[in-house]
Amino acid sequence: MTEHNENPESRVPTRVIGTPPTDGPIVDNDPIHVPADVPGVVPQDPVKVRKAERLVAFLFLITFLAGVAFIASYVIFQVGTIDKTAASNYALGGSLAVALLSLAVGITVWVRQIMPKYNLVQERHSMASDEDTREYVKETFLQGADESGFVKHRLLRRTLLLAAAPLGLAPLFLLKDLGPLPGTSLRHTVWGEPTKNGKPRRLVVEGTGQPIRAADFNSPGGILSVVPQGYEEDLDALAKATLILLKFRPEELKSGTNLNWTHDGIVAYSKICTHVGCPAALYEQTTHHILCPCHQSTFDAADGAKVVFGPAARPLPQLPIGIDEEGYLVAKSDFKVPVGPSFWERGDAEAQVRENA
Amino acid sequence: MDAPPKAIVGPSTFVDDRLGAGTFLKRNLRKIFPDHWSFLLGEIALYSFVILLLTGTFLTFWFKPSMGEVTYTGTYAPLYGVKMSEAYQSALHISFDVRGGLLIRQIHHWAALLFVGGMMAHALRIFFTGAYRKPREINWLIGIILLTLALLEGLTGYSLPDDLLSGAGLRITEGVMLSIPVIGTYLAFFLFGGEYPGHDVISRFYTIHILLIPGILLALITAHMIIMWVQKHTQMAGKGRTEHNVVGAPFYPAFMAKSGAFFLFTFAVIALLGTFAQINPIWLFGPYNPANISAASQPDWYMGFLEGALRIMPSWEINLFDHTIPLSVLIPALVPLGLVMTGMALYPFIEQWVTGDRSEHHIAERPRNNPHRTAIGISAITFYGILWLLGANDVISANFKIDLYTTTWIGRFAIFIGPAIAYFIAYRMCIGLQRKDAEVLSHGVESGVIKRMPNGQYIEVHTPAAEDIAEHIRGKQEIPVLTGAPDGEGIPPKSARTALGRLRTRMSEAYGTDRVPLGNGHAHDEEHEEEHAAVGAGDRKQLH
Repeated sequence: MTEHNENPESRVPTRVIGTPPTDGPIVDNDPIHVPADVPGVVPQDPVKVRKAERLVAFLFLITFLAGVAFIASYVIFQVGTIDKTAASNYALGGSLAVALLSLAVGITVWVRQIMPKYNLVQERHSMASDEDTREYVKETFLQGADESGFVKHRLLRRTLLLAAAPLGLAPLFLLKDLGPLPGTSLRHTVWGEPTKNGKPRRLVVEGTGQPIRAADFNSPGGILSVVPQGYEEDLDALAKATLILLKFRPEELKSGTNLNWTHDGIVAYSKICTHVGCPAALYEQTTHHILCPCHQSTFDAADGAKVVFGPAARPLPQLPIGIDEEGYLVAKSDFKVPVGPSFWERGDAEAQVRENA
Repeated sequence: MDAPPKAIVGPSTFVDDRLGAGTFLKRNLRKIFPDHWSFLLGEIALYSFVILLLTGTFLTFWFKPSMGEVTYTGTYAPLYGVKMSEAYQSALHISFDVRGGLLIRQIHHWAALLFVGGMMAHALRIFFTGAYRKPREINWLIGIILLTLALLEGLTGYSLPDDLLSGAGLRITEGVMLSIPVIGTYLAFFLFGGEYPGHDVISRFYTIHILLIPGILLALITAHMIIMWVQKHTQMAGKGRTEHNVVGAPFYPAFMAKSGAFFLFTFAVIALLGTFAQINPIWLFGPYNPANISAASQPDWYMGFLEGALRIMPSWEINLFDHTIPLSVLIPALVPLGLVMTGMALYPFIEQWVTGDRSEHHIAERPRNNPHRTAIGISAITFYGILWLLGANDVISANFKIDLYTTTWIGRFAIFIGPAIAYFIAYRMCIGLQRKDAEVLSHGVESGVIKRMPNGQYIEVHTPAAEDIAEHIRGKQEIPVLTGAPDGEGIPPKSARTALGRLRTRMSEAYGTDRVPLGNGHAHDEEHEEEHAAVGAGDRKQLH
């Protein structure tokens, strides 16, 4: 199969380049019996051919049996439970693979041991057409251009281009309704939406939907994944509004965290990573580090969730929280800066917040 | 057989009477295909594509590309009663309630991995043997478009099941789109039909995945094959092989049968993987929810290098005039892919410019015989490989007990140092292999026979290299070099007078100069003179 031994008589397939030939110097081994009828087509030894034929027939027989087994497996093995699906998968896949494999091996043996060895030569021609052809094409082209009047009639040419322009742009306009324009929607989350009863929106535990009583969330080092009440299953809302809620001892909090936005050491940060938007879901209690599992942006939860490592460029935005009259945690307002990944229109929203403060 | 059977004669005559197919067959039935294992790499990609079309069609019979919410009531007990999208539900249905559904789903996914893998291996073979050179530049460019489209096709495909892992991929896709200056926000809103995740992206990706991209792929693959057929395949250097012929086996019957067998081999291997190697067990991930993620989320392997680039990027971001350019997303998302793809696309033309070589090439070069090209290729592989590895830096960190941030820091340096080291090593290896070739030609090969001389000295008898091997080595082609040397009157050629021209000449000399010419490989080398004498005296070499 390799390029070294296209010379059929000197096939020594196992020989590595640079090692001596096993049957004496090759130079003395020029093709001895050039086949009389067709040069480059060397028939196989008839004894070997007979042996190979039996092998190939055997392999084809296996393919037949495996093919039958495949159909039988489809009928015999039903799906419905995990175990049954697994059994069906193994039976179908196993029989299919055996059928394909033995057919493949069979044909390969056929080609290599029954068909003759080939060393045929075909001429290659330059890809370029000859000069006469080029000249002819050139003249025909010019003649056609003249005949069509495209060159001569300027008005024709210009109005045609003019006519084509809006038609070419039309498809682009058709795509406009693919989506609404962004507007300022990336700057807001549902935390800023008014609730039905006009009261501040409660923080509820993701999954259970339970509101959180501040007094019950009292073990320092605790962490909760939190969603807005009323939007527990709204994926569009959750993609921006999901929070992580952390409980600190008062002395643990540093200047980066806005204490006015905390309640009794409870801090809420956006869970949506400011890098490309994965949920920053991992928390290391001893270091207060929040880690995004996608690209390992790391935020210091005790210090305003500022970036301590990784590709994220901005801290996780902090949500101003407080409690309602029943003692449940609520959002006092929306985030002051856009959550999630950066975008062109975002600007340095943090700096603006600092200026306004 | 004296005459073809009636069953063949009848239809063939019918077709020939109406289409004149005989002329085509006369020319092409015995078309010669040269033989080399590396010529089969592209076929792996081709056959994977065929398998993808077959299995993909099967999957569409049950898959429902809808993000509408349903409650799962299928047979996979752990998710019973869970709310999920219809897309995820139907993917579970295919896996557990359709006989052979799981098998076909896994075969489809494995075939996709092999499709891209086959394409990349094939592209590397083309690159390292210079098979992209004139007249094959067009096919090379088509190949690069195919590879790019295959990456997109993979991304749109693994996003469809709407499980937690595929959702994480979509989220990152959205984040990357948002980072594009000026139009990024609009692009994201148009793709997702509004805010992320919306209700449109799965059905839109579905159309792109099963119609748009496969259609373009099919058209371009057809063009790729026709051009290959018309231009005839390259061949390796060897006895009787020139730039003006093709030596090998005829299409009918040998190459046809071999190709058929290779398709079956590819299919069999993918079927084995699909049966025994579990892939993308979506039922373990659960339905997508933007608030959740599982640790060690990885994309399919061919997207790993983008993931790695995102991970090692420092947190750079520019805020100017109320606008934001998130370099920490933009650079890793665009630069590595852009470098590799643009570099590949331009390489044939840059090489032509540097060497001034405008001639046709049909003999594939051995990588060692063009050391700078090979070194550039290895350098690019290293660049890609480092990014790819770092796409799994959390897994590496967990398994090898290396600090997570250390892996990132290693990556930040390795991405610059690694390719440079790889370039140097690859270049030296090429030169070393060329020396070895020169030695094989001038000294022959070790015979394994030790002779004791009358004076007690032992020598090993050397024999000339086998003819096929020697011919293969002698097939080395000279790389053309532009001359910048002044002519007799001290005037340099016109092309070398400008600064760019001088640079071009210098590059040409560096790129094309043969450091190890064959035949007199060691003539200038004093320490080897003794050896030469020994060989000259009777084809022997002293045993060191």
